Amino acid sequence: MSDTRNAPHVDMLRSPLGRVRGLGSAHRGAVTWWGHMLTSISLVPLTLWFIWSMVGLVGASREEVALWLTRPVPLALMLLLLVATFYHMKHGLETVVEDYVHAAAPKFALLLAIKGISILLGLLCIISVLRLGL
Amino acid sequence: MKDVRDALYVARNTEGKLVRRPMSPHLQVWRWTPAMAVSIMHRVTGVGLAIGTLLMTWWLVAAATSEQAFANVQWFLGSVLGIFVLFCWTLALMLHFFSGLRHLAWDAGWGFENRAYRTTSWFVIGAGIVTALLIWIVGLAVW
Repeated sequence: MSDTRNAPHVDMLRSPLGRVRGLGSAHRGAVTWWGHMLTSISLVPLTLWFIWSMVGLVGASREEVALWLTRPVPLALMLLLLVATFYHMKHGLETVVEDYVHAAAPKFALLLAIKGISILLGLLCIISVLRLGL
Repeated sequence: MKDVRDALYVARNTEGKLVRRPMSPHLQVWRWTPAMAVSIMHRVTGVGLAIGTLLMTWWLVAAATSEQAFANVQWFLGSVLGIFVLFCWTLALMLHFFSGLRHLAWDAGWGFENRAYRTTSWFVIGAGIVTALLIWIVGLAVW
């Protein structure tokens, strides 16, 4: 890497005006990027735990799955995994649509569909896990 | 011309004739590199995993619904198509996982040099494939 000790250094990526208005180039706050980052970090251990658990549940009966979810740790981690996954999925899909769909009407429709479907699927998963676990 | 942006593409060539300027070249002209492949793969696997959440939702809802519903989803997951879909899902997850780790490293400011970019691209591809295969070897062994 080149020597950057004497180079001008900028810690803040947002312009002062952008900071005042709370807007970036996407006309939205940096909070979306931060949310994606936080869910990425939390999904690293959660994904490894999920794969480990699923390998353990290969060929399991319905009772065994329910029994697994009645234990507090799998129930808590499963709920965390679902919230992080569906948030991450919603933001990821929105980014893809914003990048590649330029016509206003299909873009709006797709973004609405992504929001709705992410919330619906997430809710279905969470309710199912709670019904089995509680 | 439907869009004002189209006007920017109209120009005269060296013979003075009105022509449409060429657009800048896109994917089809570039030589494929591991860096480009992994970047595209990260998005493709991300969308694939989003579709894969339908399968997880089906499995969880079925388990919470009835014996019959759970038997149906287990039958599908044990079929040839189900196993194929699950394997693709595992592979997509592991490729996206390692590529995501690299995104986190970039966010921390590490790995932007050409050399690191190339090395980590190959690492993402290799680690993704190897771990997906390992998961299935262990999974089939305990089945």
